[in-house]
Amino acid sequence: MSEATFLLEAHDVAKRFDSVVALKAASLQVRPGEVHGLMGSNGAGKSTLVKIITGVFPADGGQIFVKGVVRSFRSPAEARRAGIVSVYQDPALVPDLTVTQNIRLAGASVDAVRKWLAELGVVRLDFSLLVRDLPDPTLRLIDLARALAWEPAVLLLDEITASLPADLSEQIYAMVKQWRERGNAVIFISHRMAEVSALCDRATVLRDGVTAGVTERARGSEERILALMLGAETARAVASVPSTRVSRQRPGDAQAALEVRGLRCSPLVNDVSFKLYPGEVLGVAALEGQGQEELFDCIAGSRRYDEGAIFAHGKELRLRHPADAIAAGIVLVPANRLLALLQQRPIPENIALPAFGGIRNWGPIRIRSERMRVESAIGRLQIDTRAGSELRRLSGGNQQKVVIARWLASGFDTLLCFDPTRGIDIGTKRQIYALVREIAAEGSAVLLFTSELPEIALACDRAIVLFGGRVVAEMPVSEADEATLLRSAHGLAPLAQASS
Amino acid sequence: MITSSEGKSSVMAVPAASNMRLATRLRRSLRRDPSLFFMPALLIVSVAITVAIHPQFSDFDLQSLAMGALPLAFAAAAQTVVVIAGGIDLSIGSVMAVANVLAASAMEKASFEQSLLLAVAVLMAGAAIGALNGLIVVLSRIPDVVATLTSGFIWGGVALVILEKPGGGAPQEFLNLGTGTLFTPWLPNALVLLVAAVGVIWIPLRRSKLGLQLFAVGSDRIAAFRSGVNIDRTRFAAYIFSGLFSAVGGLGLTMTTGIGAPLAGVYYTLSGLAAVVVGGVSLAGGRGRMLGPVMAAFVLTLIPTDLIFLNIDPNFGQVIQGTLIVVIVMIGGFVDMERNRK
Repeated sequence: MSEATFLLEAHDVAKRFDSVVALKAASLQVRPGEVHGLMGSNGAGKSTLVKIITGVFPADGGQIFVKGVVRSFRSPAEARRAGIVSVYQDPALVPDLTVTQNIRLAGASVDAVRKWLAELGVVRLDFSLLVRDLPDPTLRLIDLARALAWEPAVLLLDEITASLPADLSEQIYAMVKQWRERGNAVIFISHRMAEVSALCDRATVLRDGVTAGVTERARGSEERILALMLGAETARAVASVPSTRVSRQRPGDAQAALEVRGLRCSPLVNDVSFKLYPGEVLGVAALEGQGQEELFDCIAGSRRYDEGAIFAHGKELRLRHPADAIAAGIVLVPANRLLALLQQRPIPENIALPAFGGIRNWGPIRIRSERMRVESAIGRLQIDTRAGSELRRLSGGNQQKVVIARWLASGFDTLLCFDPTRGIDIGTKRQIYALVREIAAEGSAVLLFTSELPEIALACDRAIVLFGGRVVAEMPVSEADEATLLRSAHGLAPLAQASS
Repeated sequence: MITSSEGKSSVMAVPAASNMRLATRLRRSLRRDPSLFFMPALLIVSVAITVAIHPQFSDFDLQSLAMGALPLAFAAAAQTVVVIAGGIDLSIGSVMAVANVLAASAMEKASFEQSLLLAVAVLMAGAAIGALNGLIVVLSRIPDVVATLTSGFIWGGVALVILEKPGGGAPQEFLNLGTGTLFTPWLPNALVLLVAAVGVIWIPLRRSKLGLQLFAVGSDRIAAFRSGVNIDRTRFAAYIFSGLFSAVGGLGLTMTTGIGAPLAGVYYTLSGLAAVVVGGVSLAGGRGRMLGPVMAAFVLTLIPTDLIFLNIDPNFGQVIQGTLIVVIVMIGGFVDMERNRK
């Protein structure tokens, strides 16, 4: 049988979460003695595939073969007994236990973990410290050492280097190579293209939950991986989007509606500066975990930053609370709609709520003016209210519209949209982007992060790209095609410079 | 090659916990868990205050303190196990009531030897009730608060079915286990019983793998799951131990009051929870030690006693008692905040 030549094989694995399809038909074949890259842009399904392989949750379809035998694990512990161990994106260590207790909890040998930590360059670690008192990079290494202590035949590393300093990353590369020498396999997930092409023997590329292709290590494999991530269809679709807006000429001395200067919020935001002008939609493109969430939180006043300054219309802001940002006219549409809305209250109440934030508004509500404002917002956004008045009965797209409608009803200057179309159908997506354009046309400024890169071209005037908590590229929308954005978002130089 | 790494192990400069100086270890555990210092201090202060306002404090006062605190301490112990595992059990008082009336009605005409056997049966019944609670919580996925509040109603009803009104009894030798003294009048049996029961159940549990899993599940369920812990089984086990401690508490009630009272236990759900909070166990789960709530049970028993010594109107006394609990919990909260700021 040919399966037996693979240590691990995933065949047409599918998984959906409610209405969101995470994986359609993901396949993966890993040979003994190889480092296998798993690539894909945001939401392609990498982490979901890892979690299905290691038994965190069950697959809806497809099969997993381990050494040629069909297996389906019900828990990470079961997968571990079959020699498959994963180090997940966030450390799987219990904060209120000591290092030793955490190792015992997982049934690993303390001496073996100590040995592997020494191999990774950590020799002076006090094992009786509580995990909650240890810094994040150390936890990643403990997590890795604990995984190695089980001597897994297949080791899965999900973004292990994402938050590590360079010297620790080097230790990990060395360890991965050593593990391969022993005839084991390593599945390596990373957004850093340079890392993948240096380390991996082969790479499987996922796109929209489907395996788009497998590449061998060779010259130019980076380009092939990018091409697979983009996909021919997407490339064509982007090309066919008509340019809907005239690029506005900005007067040189125009005052920015929002200016961020040298913002740092450790550990993920390192140095971010940009200006956002009235009447403009500025797109933010970034892969997962490049500091975009923290950046939006800082501007919206829900997170304190360490250094830097934020200005609105030339005035420096002191943001201690979201109410401060709202008072300065900066409002946020968060990625998680559930965080912004009162699920069990009617739509009008949800829309009207932000208008009643201040203590001055504790008195009686002027019913008629409230109703008028709310109804005009509902009408303008074409919110489908047939489903009933309780918010939780609305579809995701309509809920998202309610979040935007509440700010339309209360008024704002700058709108921060964090991935407003996540998990929303295509028709509603278009409506939301049309709305964003309309808001900008009326003179407001919009800062828009989207995890779907082709959407930058649909809705924005200008785009910045974040990588490692820094702005690595800025470009007008005419240059912001998906390939260019994807290159920058992976920390690669733009094509024009690379080839010259 | 990897095999060469064995030789490297001597290079490591990791101090083993066992050779660390006792003082260092004590200092660290104090910093890690201020309640280790705070609770004994609070208990000593409350005893000192009691002696100050009631200078004729005698062996008899100590005995009644130990007897009064006994059921509460067990209720607190029962709650502690569940809270550490990230849950909450609002049926503890009712389970204590069931154990109390079961013992009092079965032991009424029993000999001492028979009563001891019956006590073991009551303990097993308590563990079984706890198991049933755990099953409801784990299988139904109803939040712990709701599941145990409702099952508490059921067990409260069961207690009334077993014994409609206060009555029953137990052989004098059995009552002596909770009311007498050992060697000297200054060593009440109740205190010995408490230390023995908590020690025999909790210390082995704390040191076992299950004990580690209880803390892990309460601290971070996802991380625990990824470390290979069976979350459902661990939470189930926590409720079994809660039922077991509740049953010990019910037996304690029988010993100290001499009868079974179907409604006496109910009070212990909330005051046991108060002892847990005062004792420095985080309601968020994963943090705390058994010593805190058990000591807190004594403090909470001393407060109303002191107020009676001071001749304060009992109704007003309740206001003072509540205020003191809030202040104690607040001080604990501030200590915690200071610690987390670092």
